[in-house]
Amino acid sequence: MIDLSIDLGFLKLKNPVLAASGTFGYGLEFAPYIDLNKLGGFVVKGLYFNAREGNPPPRLVETPAGLINAIGLQGIGVKKFTNEILPRLLEFRTALIINVCGDDEEEYARVAEHLDGRKGISALELNISCPNLKQDGRCPAMDPDSTYRVVKRVKNATSTPLITKLSPNVTDITAIAISAHEAGSHALSLVNTFLALAISLEDRKPKLGNVFGGLSGPCIKPLALRMVYQTSSRLDIPLIGIGGISSGRDALEFMVCGAKAVQVGTANFINPDATVAIIAEIEEFCRQEGISRVEDIVGTLKETVKKSRL
Amino acid sequence: MFTDKEARIVKKTLQNDFAALTMESPAIAPHCFPGQFLMVRVLPQQYPLLRRPLSIHDRIQSRLSLFFKITGEGTALLARKNEGDTVDILGPLGRGFTFDRNFKAKPVYVVGGGRGIAPLYFLAGELKKRRVHVRIFYGGKNSKELPLLAKMRSEGFNLDCSTEDGSYGIQGMVTDLLKKSFKSELPAFLYACGPEAMMKNVYILASEHGVSSEFSLESIMGCGIGACWGCVKRIRKDGIGTWVKICEDGPVFPGQDIIWEKND
Repeated sequence: MIDLSIDLGFLKLKNPVLAASGTFGYGLEFAPYIDLNKLGGFVVKGLYFNAREGNPPPRLVETPAGLINAIGLQGIGVKKFTNEILPRLLEFRTALIINVCGDDEEEYARVAEHLDGRKGISALELNISCPNLKQDGRCPAMDPDSTYRVVKRVKNATSTPLITKLSPNVTDITAIAISAHEAGSHALSLVNTFLALAISLEDRKPKLGNVFGGLSGPCIKPLALRMVYQTSSRLDIPLIGIGGISSGRDALEFMVCGAKAVQVGTANFINPDATVAIIAEIEEFCRQEGISRVEDIVGTLKETVKKSRL
Repeated sequence: MFTDKEARIVKKTLQNDFAALTMESPAIAPHCFPGQFLMVRVLPQQYPLLRRPLSIHDRIQSRLSLFFKITGEGTALLARKNEGDTVDILGPLGRGFTFDRNFKAKPVYVVGGGRGIAPLYFLAGELKKRRVHVRIFYGGKNSKELPLLAKMRSEGFNLDCSTEDGSYGIQGMVTDLLKKSFKSELPAFLYACGPEAMMKNVYILASEHGVSSEFSLESIMGCGIGACWGCVKRIRKDGIGTWVKICEDGPVFPGQDIIWEKND
């Protein structure tokens, strides 16, 4: 029997695989396809205080081994979520993480306050890294001070553990990671999507209604892996790796680079059972490699370069 | 909704830019209704990455058919599959046409534009089984864009056709056929699928004549199961226009609920 459990300190997961926010709806959408109880957990779609319209279509464009989206965080708002969805999620025995959004620090805090102390919520994931809200793709996670302020403000508003979701659209992700850590974030999830553009050559027009979007999918995996490794090399804080994970091997690569857990995103679109398949593949790899406890693989990358160069 | 990772292709036909694939899928076929769609994985590799949403064209017992126009790399690769190959499909998805209605012995109009005929063929067949008097109005750019014509004729469907270049049927648009027909009779209901501009004109005409209608809309989709919110369309819900998911709340919507795009 292989021990797949992961201890994040503030939260114990039955296995390292979580479904990523924005790719898993509010969780219930996937109940017809998989047993949600098998997951390490799932992160629901980002919630603002009020319902939100989202961006005009087209909202999606496919690229080689990738997907650019500009949904714009359309959603039902946190009150409708706690009234109508949350009670239905309580039956599942898996970690439930709520992705928290805000137009400003106050809104993040209001959403967190509304969720504070509610049964069934394992952690909040602070979405300070969505690139689809402003024309130039800006977000708090692109600046260490803004990151610090949002995390600190939410930290003061809730006793629920905080995971801060980082943006890859920065020069040095470790500087942002340090800010989030210093402001009191319990863990970091990285990375959100890469700010991207796709155009129609014939029409000389952007393909997305929002012009820019966020790139995800297998094509971003090496970039995300590099950022996870850089961050794990500099900081001692639980990391959750995200970026193009579509197999057990992908997930384990992130863990070797220092992630204690992973989130599966775009792969959920291609196969609704992707998360469950990945868990089975992780277990199978451990069996073949004689690993009895999956957590032992975390941060085992053998270095060929000195950490000072990272 | 079900997954069938290995639906075997039992028949394939190619005609100009159109392909028809018939698959054996006992897991999915019995649950399908006209207007619903499948999410089809073109290849098991990571390119093309996403599944393609394709409407269900026909269902005979445990067999399902897809009929699509080759418009890009995904559909081109799919059309290259051969009899005996398998396809990974997910479905049936979405809300289809509501066709178990009391049509009071009046005719029902089915209006297709180009490849939009794909789901309407399934619908027309089901209506015919229910002894509904179906009239099909079918328009395209030219005769090559009316690919199912011979098949529908041979099956005895009542067909009126139009082409923009006059290469088949009347020269003009499918709305020209409808205008003429509405002068002598009004249908109990109208179903349509085709390019957005055509559907909008059909809707305007139908509503001017007090004819209730349903339209099947199309979109790029991320997941097909309501999780990504990528395929939205402006729809009136409780009197207010909001972005509604085509995959989950559609792809078929009542004509009066659709907020049509403004013409360029």
